[in-house]
Amino acid sequence: MALLDIDALSVTLPGMARPILDRIELTVAAGETVALVGESGSGKSVTARAALGLFPAGADLAGRVRVEDIDLVGADAARLREVRTGIAAMIFQDPRAGISPVRRIGDFLTEALRLVGGWSRARADARAAELLAAVGLPDPERHLRQFPHEMSGGMLQRVMIAAALCGEPRLLLCDEPTTALDVATQAEILALLGRLRRERDLGLLLITHDIELAAASCDRIYVMYAGRIVETATADELFARPRHPYTAGLLGSSPPQEGPLTRLAPIPGAPMSLLESATGCAFAPRCRFAEPGRCDQAPPVLEPHGAGRVACHRADELEPPVLAHLAPDSEDR
Amino acid sequence: MPAATRRSGGRGGRGPALALAALRRLAGMATTLLVTSFLVFSSLYLAPGDPVSFLVKGRSPSPQELDTIREQYGFNDPFPVRYWHWLEGVLQGDFGRSYLFHQGVGDVVWSRLPASLLLIGVSMLLIAVFGVGAGIVGALRRGTWADSTVLLMVTVGAAVPSFVAAILLRSVFGVQLGWFPTFGNGEGALDRLHHVVLPAIALSVTFTALVTRVTRTAMLDELRREHVEVALSRGIPRRSVIRRHVLRNALGPIVTVSALLVSGMLVSTALVETAFGMAGVGSLLVQAVSQQDFQVVQAIVLLVVAAFVLINALVDLLYPLIDPRVAAQGSAR
Ligand SMILES: Nc1ncnc2c1ncn2[C@@H]1O[C@H](COP(=O)(O)OP(=O)(O)OP(=O)(O)O)[C@@H](O)[C@H]1O
Ligand code: SF4
Ligand SMILES: [Mg+2]
Repeated sequence: MALLDIDALSVTLPGMARPILDRIELTVAAGETVALVGESGSGKSVTARAALGLFPAGADLAGRVRVEDIDLVGADAARLREVRTGIAAMIFQDPRAGISPVRRIGDFLTEALRLVGGWSRARADARAAELLAAVGLPDPERHLRQFPHEMSGGMLQRVMIAAALCGEPRLLLCDEPTTALDVATQAEILALLGRLRRERDLGLLLITHDIELAAASCDRIYVMYAGRIVETATADELFARPRHPYTAGLLGSSPPQEGPLTRLAPIPGAPMSLLESATGCAFAPRCRFAEPGRCDQAPPVLEPHGAGRVACHRADELEPPVLAHLAPDSEDR
Repeated sequence: MPAATRRSGGRGGRGPALALAALRRLAGMATTLLVTSFLVFSSLYLAPGDPVSFLVKGRSPSPQELDTIREQYGFNDPFPVRYWHWLEGVLQGDFGRSYLFHQGVGDVVWSRLPASLLLIGVSMLLIAVFGVGAGIVGALRRGTWADSTVLLMVTVGAAVPSFVAAILLRSVFGVQLGWFPTFGNGEGALDRLHHVVLPAIALSVTFTALVTRVTRTAMLDELRREHVEVALSRGIPRRSVIRRHVLRNALGPIVTVSALLVSGMLVSTALVETAFGMAGVGSLLVQAVSQQDFQVVQAIVLLVVAAFVLINALVDLLYPLIDPRVAAQGSAR
């Protein structure tokens, strides 16, 4: 049974030309690390928040979001609280924006335990100190009394992670947990998340722009474009044989972890805004394989192709060798 | 990075810093008062009208007589000498004699003080309760009829000067309905309170509107902050999030703006007290100005400036408790 099971979830805001999320499906099992990649505005954060029952205000919802068999669409406050305090937790992109600047770190960490769990101050403080030690902060007792502005970004992200661990969650949602940090700290935080996942058998959903990072550290990958999942496969498969032109473009456009930057080939054009709608494939304006006639029909939601699933009219024809041409063509640029 | 220099937890080293800040502040306040006293003294010295003509009102004194009076009151001394004498007196608590009341200025002002303090105290209470309360309602019910009502009241309230409010309240609730007395201070605690209701409302209308607006805006700003969403995502009940995060963080702007409003409020007491025939410091000022009782005018202006300076100093000193990011240096803002 999946820890997180999102099935055909659509989120539509009135007045927008297209849904924010369009029939999303995504699962995360216990102990599994799953990546969700895509450009800015594709709907990654909205998807992750849905896993906590946080939907944009005033949005129309369709489909299903389940966390350990608790249905979150239309759930009441008590149900949501149960999920948020004990089953799933989220780590946000910018820890400095995510922690109230006027309260002490100890207050932030113990808030849920004391207000919802009814823990005593002493017991909650002890637990918070324990968690700070678990995320590798050197002096827990001191940190509890500090204010956020007295800590560095990397330390604050560790505090965020400690806060997420408060309720012993089984699902950890990480929304670009390292984007706001410098490179060295990024690696430390990722290593920490990996260790916590192994130690606690967490299901991890990692949101990132960086498909190379996703391929290197995750079991499975979902690729998102304009509110839709356009391709999913195991990390190895997706990395070796991308089938969707957008995935191939992402692989071509992200700098390789090592070696010279020869493959850097940004996808031309800009992502589609919420005010634009497409009758056909949303990626068509930027797709070098777009075929008039076929691609101005909306492509199907994910269909099995090879070892993964793809949402593209030409997935059959666009076998990996064809797409591979995308990568090494940097000479003509 | 302040984190490196200001040690964590912040306890050690904070005491001396606070004392130093307080000292620096006191010196600044003394300078402000000194400059004010000079400005007030010299502007009254230059003002048209001769106090001597008031002292001899109704009679036509001989030139010798005039000269004696001038000598007696020191009017013949050069300006710096007169200022110095006056300042010497003030420093010893002697503000001179009132021509109007044939009494020490200190006694005259002192006897009027309780009525004004009661008026200001009750007004501040009204402003805090209704201003902040309405602001919270507006922000939390944004876009509903409740919010529209609040906004309408803010627009109207901010446009009504206190003396207009005073006249309206007095004629409706005092004269026509007869619910409240329309004149004087009252005798005994309950009666005094009864007398102060209408004046306090008149005095607080404008300022309540301004505080409402600031509170509403600050709350809306805070509601949008990511730390609010983080708190919700951790399962903290909405009520607690509003109280502990939204309102707590909005407190900074609310307090800052309220402190700025105090000077306007002190000035408005003059008009309101006069409209309701209250014997307070404000109506005394009006009386003293119109009768050219300059000693009294000087003392009251100094008193008002001192009150204003003191309140701002207090706010600055206590501000670090509201926002720990502001170091206890007073001048940091
Ligand atoms: N509460 C909301 N109300 C209205 N629109 C929203 C809301 N939340 C998100 N959106 C819109 O939905 C789209 C997807 O947003 P989302 O934050 O999920 O993107 P993202 O993939 O996480 O991007 P990024 O990489 O920049 O974080 C965006 O166009 C955004 O403006
Ligand atoms: S459906 Fe057509 S336009 Fe869309 S990605 Fe596939 S080939 Fe390109
Ligand atoms: Mg995002």
